[in-house]
Amino acid sequence: MKASTSVAITAFVLVAGFALCALQFPNIASTRVVANLLTDNAFLGIVAAGMTFVIISGGIDLSVGSVIGFTTVFTALAIERWGIPPLAAFAMVLVLCALFGAAMGTVIHVFELPPFIVTLAGMFLARGVSFLLSTESIPITTPIYSAVSDFAIRLPGGGRLTAIAIAMLVILVLCALLLHLTRFGANVYALGGSRAATALMGIPVGPMTIRIYMLSSVLAGLAGIVFSFYTAAGYSLSAVGVELDTIAAVVIGGTLLTGGQGSVIGTFLGVLIQGMIQTYINFDGTLSSWWTKIATGVLLFVFIALQQGLMALARRSSLKPAGAKLAGAKSPEVKPAGALT
Amino acid sequence: MSDPSAPPATRPSLLDIRGLSKSFGTLKALDGVDFTLGEGEIHALLGENGAGKSTLIKVVTGVFARDAGTVRLAGREIAPRSAKDAVDAGIATVYQEVNLLPNLSVAQNLFLGRQPTRFGVVREGEMKRRARALLFDYGLDIDVGAPLSSYSVAVQHITAIARAVDLSARVLILDEPTASLDRHEVEILFSVMRKLAERGIGIVFVSHFLDQVYEICDRVTVLRNGRLIGARDIADLPRIDLIRMMLGRELAETTHERAASQPDTAREVCVSFKGFGKQGYVAPFDLELRRGEVVGLAGLLGSGRTETARLVFGAERADSGEAKIGGKAIRLNSPRDGAGFGFGYCPEERKTEGIVADLTVRENIVLALQARRGLHRPLSRREQDEIAMRYIRMLDIRPPDPERPIGLLSGGNQQKALLARWLATSPKLLVLDEPTRGIDVGAHAEIIRLVRELCEQGLALLVISSELDEIVTYSNRVVVLRDRAHVEELKGDAVEVSSILAAIAADTAPAHEAAS
Ligand SMILES: Nc1ncnc2c1ncn2[C@@H]1O[C@H](COP(=O)(O)OP(=O)(O)OP(=O)(O)O)[C@@H](O)[C@H]1O
Ligand SMILES: [Mg+2]
Repeated sequence: MKASTSVAITAFVLVAGFALCALQFPNIASTRVVANLLTDNAFLGIVAAGMTFVIISGGIDLSVGSVIGFTTVFTALAIERWGIPPLAAFAMVLVLCALFGAAMGTVIHVFELPPFIVTLAGMFLARGVSFLLSTESIPITTPIYSAVSDFAIRLPGGGRLTAIAIAMLVILVLCALLLHLTRFGANVYALGGSRAATALMGIPVGPMTIRIYMLSSVLAGLAGIVFSFYTAAGYSLSAVGVELDTIAAVVIGGTLLTGGQGSVIGTFLGVLIQGMIQTYINFDGTLSSWWTKIATGVLLFVFIALQQGLMALARRSSLKPAGAKLAGAKSPEVKPAGALT
Repeated sequence: MSDPSAPPATRPSLLDIRGLSKSFGTLKALDGVDFTLGEGEIHALLGENGAGKSTLIKVVTGVFARDAGTVRLAGREIAPRSAKDAVDAGIATVYQEVNLLPNLSVAQNLFLGRQPTRFGVVREGEMKRRARALLFDYGLDIDVGAPLSSYSVAVQHITAIARAVDLSARVLILDEPTASLDRHEVEILFSVMRKLAERGIGIVFVSHFLDQVYEICDRVTVLRNGRLIGARDIADLPRIDLIRMMLGRELAETTHERAASQPDTAREVCVSFKGFGKQGYVAPFDLELRRGEVVGLAGLLGSGRTETARLVFGAERADSGEAKIGGKAIRLNSPRDGAGFGFGYCPEERKTEGIVADLTVRENIVLALQARRGLHRPLSRREQDEIAMRYIRMLDIRPPDPERPIGLLSGGNQQKALLARWLATSPKLLVLDEPTRGIDVGAHAEIIRLVRELCEQGLALLVISSELDEIVTYSNRVVVLRDRAHVEELKGDAVEVSSILAAIAADTAPAHEAAS
């Protein structure tokens, strides 16, 4: 109930914002702009899906931006310098990402360290390794890249739904299915509700943690590959700070930073909102692109305040007799959340 | 106390624990404990707060690693290393602390980790159908798709129990399952337990309610300070002897006489409420709370007791009526307002909502006092130590170490520390919601004594309790609630268990007649 309200609010903001943009610049309301928006933010959508799992489970993953950077450098080097076929290079880099995520998850679980610290270390590590590999931008010229870049589904109205946009949409759908329809997904929510209780209920908490961070890193790896298609290059400084954009998208999408609640759809809407702001600024032409950050910051603020407000509201309404009926004559006492702490 | 570990003569043994030991640092929480559970037996595990009951359960189910000892299940040695291993081996447990997930639906909570799936996809419909059927056996007919947090503590507890029972284990362990259930729900639970026992499942039952122990159990095992005191058939064990086994001393039998009551008009009114209420929450009520007087709130779970307490404290905003102190109307819109007038409120869900697990006992005790004084007037360390030690001694909090993180205390001792937190603020009005829940017989008597003492010192008290004996013992007046309305106020000699029961049960019959 509460989760769907925040998604509804996000959707409303997106639609209203889009309508406002379209009023000012009627050209925005075209499949071309929308399709471009999807293409430009494809990599962001993919990492954000992974981040959604991590945040719902009560964690955070600050390493994703660096993992994207590492992936682009590694892929470019593998294809261009080491002569590895692109598909094999992708497989290799994804395996490395999976191992990296598994290592972070293991450290978090075994040493009971805060995910913030562990993934912060992971962030420096991954970025450092990409610098070690190469400090310059490496163009990728293999024919597969241009073939994929040229591929697109033509939409009525002149839009081009590119391969990477399609990849993002497919990945988002798969992630939504995984999160909302499987036992794994239920366990992710459970972990965010309470780690201790989840363990006592007999869920293997350790393996779950490891898998969640693996998933996040692999999706960051996929995002990195998509990013390398987008820029046709590998560069160790790419995607700096993307972890923060990602977290912002997830939170704007209605996922609670404290865990236990959220959705992939919301995250997708969050990504679109960020993309929309960017598009507006591009259309305007006079605004500095840093306005994107400012607008995102303001929105984040508003959304977090909204979430708090909604929660207070929900707390109030849950005090009214809920729909519960005992078979006996009386209705159960409905407990309010803590009053005094 | 001879031959403490003699196995029950009649039943084949199912769970056999020998020489189990567990230390936390220097503290021996379990010291060579033996325990034998027979097939189809309901076995009470008793002892004071901190005796080691929950620790025994956690060691057996692999939540804590054991230091020494063996555990045999149906003759086969087991050594579970996590709650999951224990479940797989056939031991299902409802732990003392809430072990469910408030953010998930009731159905997910019942089936987490074992949801029905098809091709890896959870079958929501099927899961909900089964969840409903399962809860129906417990007399619950609720929307199982709603998040668990939207239901009462009692419903949550029943959900936890239903989950454990449904794991169709051979051994079912229930650590204080009845602490937040009302009489009716306890009855349902007991009938389920009897059915399971008939099927040959062995049940370990931890409770501080001795009546319940005598009602449902076949055997008892008593622990004290981590040591085994003895195991007996309940039929041959008079209650007095059982209490002596638990406490190691006699219980001073002063607790069950009623305090002499004085005419209540003689006392100074602390705060009064007129037509105070909130739509859909509690019907408007009149209530006068006087200094040096205990007002008991009696009624079934859900009758509006906690709701009344929250309105009185300001935790909930009333939409009708007014509150007055010394004849002047006051604003009572938030807990801060309440605290500002010197009100204290010790909520029922202390265990999950009141404690700050990582802070020490001392820090937890001085928390509210410090908050009242404000940050710019910190309590000195010496003052803090003094206050903490005073209440540790007064409430017999064990171990008596103010520097221990409170999360490491046993459940009952955590509750005592929370009570201390509010007492330390020396409030004018103290609202206690189920102050003796989860507290052992010895400490129970202490708390009742304390309530009376506070009252003599001129405090106004509003106490909620489901135990009518207890309420009768300390209350000068008793307000009876039904269906979220105050229906009767009993005073003086009318304060009796039978008259309270009559007021509670005067419900449906006449009301219906009047209606029809
Ligand atoms: N994780 C822990 N670390 C350190 N000490 C602990 C821990 N858990 C329990 N203890 C200590 O072990 C002792 C036994 O605690 P336990 O929880 O088993 O008591 P209990 O018999 O269940 O009491 P209650 O009736 O209050 O629930 C207590 O002194 C407690 O402080
Ligand atoms: Mg206990």
